Amino acid sequence: MTQAELRLCSLLLQEHFGEIVEKVGNSLLRTGPRPLRLLVGDTGLLVDQVKKALCVLIQHNLVRYEVQPRGSVEYEARSERILRILRYPRYIYTAKTLYGDPGELLVEELLLHGHLPMSSVVARVADRLTETMEDGKTMDYVEVSSTFARLADTHFIQRCPIVPDIPRSAKAPPPAAPALAIAEKDMYIVPRLSLVGKGKRRHSCDEEEEGEHKAKRQKQEGASSETPPDDGIYWQVNLERFHQHFRDQALVSAVASRTDQTSSEVVRTMLRMSEVTTASGASHTQPLSSNEIFRSLPAGYNIGKQVLDQYLALLADDPLEFVGKSGDSGGGTYTVKVTRGPRASWTPLSPFPHPSLIPPLPHRFGSRCARIFRLLLRKKHLEQKQVEDFAMIPAKEAKDMLYRMLSENLVSLQEIPKTPDHAPSRTFYLYTVNVMAAARMLLHRCYKSVANLMERRQHEMRENKRLLEKSQRVEAILASMQATGAEAAQLHEVEEMITGPERQQLETLKRNVNKIDASENQVDETIFVLESFIESTTKRP
Amino acid sequence: AMAGRGRGRGRGQMTFNVEAVGIGKGDALPPPTLQPSPLFPALERRAAPLPGGEEGEYMLALKQELRRAMRGLPYFVKPGAPRRDIERYSDKYQLSNPVDSAIDWNPDWRRLPRELKVRVRRLRTGGTAPLIPKQRISLDKEEAIKKLESLEKKEEEVTSEEEEEKEEEEEGKEEEEEEYDEEEHEEETDYVLSYFDNGESFGPDSDDNGDEAVY
Repeated sequence: MTQAELRLCSLLLQEHFGEIVEKVGNSLLRTGPRPLRLLVGDTGLLVDQVKKALCVLIQHNLVRYEVQPRGSVEYEARSERILRILRYPRYIYTAKTLYGDPGELLVEELLLHGHLPMSSVVARVADRLTETMEDGKTMDYVEVSSTFARLADTHFIQRCPIVPDIPRSAKAPPPAAPALAIAEKDMYIVPRLSLVGKGKRRHSCDEEEEGEHKAKRQKQEGASSETPPDDGIYWQVNLERFHQHFRDQALVSAVASRTDQTSSEVVRTMLRMSEVTTASGASHTQPLSSNEIFRSLPAGYNIGKQVLDQYLALLADDPLEFVGKSGDSGGGTYTVKVTRGPRASWTPLSPFPHPSLIPPLPHRFGSRCARIFRLLLRKKHLEQKQVEDFAMIPAKEAKDMLYRMLSENLVSLQEIPKTPDHAPSRTFYLYTVNVMAAARMLLHRCYKSVANLMERRQHEMRENKRLLEKSQRVEAILASMQATGAEAAQLHEVEEMITGPERQQLETLKRNVNKIDASENQVDETIFVLESFIESTTKRP
Repeated sequence: AMAGRGRGRGRGQMTFNVEAVGIGKGDALPPPTLQPSPLFPALERRAAPLPGGEEGEYMLALKQELRRAMRGLPYFVKPGAPRRDIERYSDKYQLSNPVDSAIDWNPDWRRLPRELKVRVRRLRTGGTAPLIPKQRISLDKEEAIKKLESLEKKEEEVTSEEEEEKEEEEEGKEEEEEEYDEEEHEEETDYVLSYFDNGESFGPDSDDNGDEAVY
């Protein structure tokens, strides 16, 4: 793990789980898998604190454990998974676009709690949705359950490995830790529960005493001591499936920008048909016949069968090889090429999975540098002079740009000797882009960027801590005054406790924090593209 | 070895042909760098503007809300309150502080290594406080901004109410002396406990990770 990744993981843990969890996570990340007692020693924390931290980390799938042959348990941090915390907003938003508010809240609850039983998460989401509805209306569990089932069917959520059902003899001591496991085929089976009920509002009663007692009673009923019908069956978000969705989206938009809307719809349809049949590391989808594709096109699309065939043929012929023809049955069978083989050509329009390494460039190095970079991607190897000529950039400028990119490892020099003695005057020096190195370098930069952004954001908050606290207190006072029906003049007086310049300061702070947060989201998009590219390229068939 | 000699008088000798990379004869190389690069180098060009739009705004709101929500969940492990040197009158009115020796939620212990088991402190809400619900019906940009503003207000409203409702039931004989029946005490006072300040946040023993405002 690089320093940059470590630092970012640290910040993410600290921000979402506090410093105790951060210390434990850090120790595991830096020194590798270790048992409890070493962790306690390392971190200098109390035993109970370390235990709690481990419970939290395991609950959220950020740490795994393994029983060692000698019987002790070792804990290991999952650094990659910790970095995914950055992507939580994107997962939740995607669930919203696909399955509406229930979908959004289901995914959110599962991410917030790591894993939950279906009965529990359905109840929570129903409650939350009920809060947002008009007075008197409630969200029925059935609707939430059906969205849950759809999420499971399309593999966006999955069952967690379960505790094995091994009958233990009275003599054998229980194992130090359970060996959780689950078969792939069982991962998406929704338990047949008859979840009956409606969401409950938290503030369904007014501030009457009776109302409060009633609400308290309801709460106690909710936290019932009887075991739920799906006891032991937990669900978690399937991050890989979301990643597949993001890749599909990128592919579709790449097709759209290269060809037209209709082609992209065809590709989207093909991807949708293959959603659950495509293994996560696969290089292409299962073959689909053009007849099947025709039947699956979205309702609004009135293109004739022949026209579809023409589109498919065009897509298959396209040098970018989005779609490949795999056979002739059923009117011709086609696959979508999800990743590229080593022979695929590079072009400036290369979208994912040929990531746009280009966007970060113009902003840092200028558009001319970007032009040179694109040129080198296309032509693979060029001499200094050729770069100047093809890019139509004067020699001095081109030199400067090439050196800068060379010093940043975006381009490299390759020597091709013409004579056996490797004499410099008789050697070709060619500039080239080493795509993997460049991708890795940029990815490393991204991790650093997000860490810097987070530190700056926290700094801004710390600098304004007193003012923020004051502002919160004033809001609290205003809220309770409004609740007890204070007059406008009185409210105004309280508002005035925050001076004009202070308001200004708060506005500026808000603007800055928003900008930084939005930037963090933005950088994570690039992180996703680069990580996916590197992963798919290192996994050669 | 011969190749390197006689080339480039007055400047350093390189292992490759400097002319090939375009350094002409007689060109001066830049001077060597004698100090580390500056911490905040001057920006040559401004960063590109962030893409705006509904999606961006919504994800921004989601991110900030998530951060706020997670701080309130029991998974955010806080160090236990240090033991007070003297018993103070205000202690009676302090809301229950985190306790090192107990965990505030109820994990499924069957799924965890046995060595991790910690005493579970039973809060009335049954483990995890329900999330503050948010209005999130439309993606309208205006609403998103209004939402950002109302998020703050709502949190305040609900937090003070939540704290009033929170109480601890005495269960079992293992209770520490710090735990007591808050309900009884709460009804004795008219004060809103959320802004009771006993003045201890000034001075050397103030807790740095106390209630921090979260945006």
